[in-house]
Amino acid sequence: MQQFLQGNEACALGAIQAGCRFYAGYPITPSSEIMEKMAEELPKVDGVFVQMEDEIASIGAVIGAAWAGAKAMTATSGPGLTLMLENIGYAIMTETPCVIVDVQRAGPSTGQATKPASSDIMQVRWGASGDYEIIALSPWSVTEMYEMTIQAFNFAETYRIPVFLLADEVLGHLRESTRLHQNIPIIQRPEKTDLPPFGNYADNCATPMPLFGQGRKLSVTGSTHDEWGYRLTQSPSAQARLINRLCNKIRQDLDKISLFETYFLEEDTEILVIAYGFTARGAFTAVKTASQKEAKIGFIRLKTLWPFPEKIFSNLPKAISKIVVPEMNQGQVVREIQRFTNCQVIPYNKTDGTVISAKEILEKVNDIK
Amino acid sequence: MILNKYLRPEVFPTPFCPGCGHGILLQAVLRAIDELSLDINKMVFVSGIGCAAWIPSPHFAADTLHTTHGRPIAFATGIKLFNPSLKVVVISGDGDISAIGGNHLIHAARRNLEITVICANNSIYGMTGGQVGPTTPMRAKTATTPQGNPEPSFDLCGLVRGAGASCIARATVHHTRELIKYIKKAFTHQGFSFIDVISPCFTQFGRRNKEISGASPAEMILNLKKLCVHVKSSDELFTFKQNDKILIGEFVK
Amino acid sequence: MNKWFSIIINDNFCKGCAICVEICPKDVLAMSKDANPSGYLLAQVIEPQKCIGCMECELHCPDLAIEVISLKDATISTRK
Repeated sequence: MQQFLQGNEACALGAIQAGCRFYAGYPITPSSEIMEKMAEELPKVDGVFVQMEDEIASIGAVIGAAWAGAKAMTATSGPGLTLMLENIGYAIMTETPCVIVDVQRAGPSTGQATKPASSDIMQVRWGASGDYEIIALSPWSVTEMYEMTIQAFNFAETYRIPVFLLADEVLGHLRESTRLHQNIPIIQRPEKTDLPPFGNYADNCATPMPLFGQGRKLSVTGSTHDEWGYRLTQSPSAQARLINRLCNKIRQDLDKISLFETYFLEEDTEILVIAYGFTARGAFTAVKTASQKEAKIGFIRLKTLWPFPEKIFSNLPKAISKIVVPEMNQGQVVREIQRFTNCQVIPYNKTDGTVISAKEILEKVNDIK
Repeated sequence: MILNKYLRPEVFPTPFCPGCGHGILLQAVLRAIDELSLDINKMVFVSGIGCAAWIPSPHFAADTLHTTHGRPIAFATGIKLFNPSLKVVVISGDGDISAIGGNHLIHAARRNLEITVICANNSIYGMTGGQVGPTTPMRAKTATTPQGNPEPSFDLCGLVRGAGASCIARATVHHTRELIKYIKKAFTHQGFSFIDVISPCFTQFGRRNKEISGASPAEMILNLKKLCVHVKSSDELFTFKQNDKILIGEFVK
Repeated sequence: MNKWFSIIINDNFCKGCAICVEICPKDVLAMSKDANPSGYLLAQVIEPQKCIGCMECELHCPDLAIEVISLKDATISTRK
């Protein structure tokens, strides 16, 4: 199905397609169209929409609805996400599946509400208190706003974790021809489960999500707990065991979660450009243009930002000596790249609230050749 | 004991201090459920952070959601809206519900969301060591007001009425039979119901304010009888105090 | 006078707060000098025959440690 859609609308349609039946949110530019579209679409599928009193309440209601059996979502932008972080930590600790869309804008604070940025990458990774792993996806097109929202729900259900979709203002408001695939596999929540509600320690993984009202007498707590939900606030082994499992359930499945795409990569490629989100569109065009002029240049697009796709570096062409990383921030993902490679890593940062064009990236590449 | 079927016996004795009012409230809630013959498997108990949050979690053998500080009403909103067949009960402390979570309280009341909020009001932050709260009486001594509280306290019943709540009561853990009656009324009310339950904390409040509380937890509970006055008309309920007396009673729209 | 009520105190739950002792209108209960394994001095029944079954002690026990059992039905059946 081909439609001319806005990124935020496509995200909402992806959520409905994925089986999202609960949305709670609070208005914030540039994400509000997601909420408006959900308000329109959810009643058509017997879903529930509510506009809450703030972002803290929104994510709280999302988590509550998830335990009542809903696939649930909220959308916001950087400042709203900051307000949500404590409850996101709660969702991580209680293994509550949900999807949080962050349509990023220029910050800090109110910043420029209608201008794009990629500056919440570290906020979603480390914003909540404590140690944890998180999943964050980064779409580059309106079609991917749709597809990755579905992917986000699938990851949330599989790993029982809050999953972030990191869009930005330009992608949220971009209108383009969009393919809405109807046959993407959807992971459904089991109707009933008798397994321990909080994890399988033998395999370090999550157990199926149970729900309230089935007589299971679930004890859900953000305090340290065992697999049955009993609070263990003094035991060192309980804390160690829980945190290890919460991290390992993600780490042991990096192959399935940490997704990326390679373009123009050959044995003799000397320069590599790594980009993600909307910036990847400019980067792709720049690399394509340069490679047509016989420059030995390749491109990798990160689809997953967290957990970082470190597998990229396990079999890169030996000839690569320089990696260019354009980002709409002062350098966030570039530091992850530096952790995994001995190549010269060259950041290209822009934080003036405008996007990075193909021309700029091409100039940067030509500068370093 | 008739309440055993609603309890997780393995978590007893409770973690509450000797003489804590919260244990009395704990059994009052279960007695109300028993007297109404409610199916506890179709109830969800949501609490925040603090001593009062431990009333349902883990003591109640039911679905319990022990949330973040101040946010139980927000979580409860999601549960109730998605599955209206569940009876959703919030039990949390005065600091949790009226200070950090005050915004959610007034908005749930405004929506007339069909949940019951039971505020275990001990007028202090107990678990963190006895700091002043929005419900602490003026002049009372706390860990953070060693010279006496300079601020007036909150009338929570008046607050939720202003916000639109349709069933409101104030009771104490001394007046247990009335407390059970009000909880039953709240559980059967169609719309938002709120009960402000005066539940003394001797460890953190009483110890520092013996001139009003008495010398022991038992005295503090018994003193409630002298401290409280039943309202004559339900409108009077919306003044927390009158001549240093706490007004108790019910208001149903 | 027949004994109509029996009061059972759970020594493992009791924390010795003495609310039951203070609230009992008939002085049925008193604090003992014996401590439970947690170190709390326990409430005990000293004059069970005075109990009128008002349930105040059970309703006010914060630790759910008291149960008042009515022996009325059993007594009636023996009378029959």
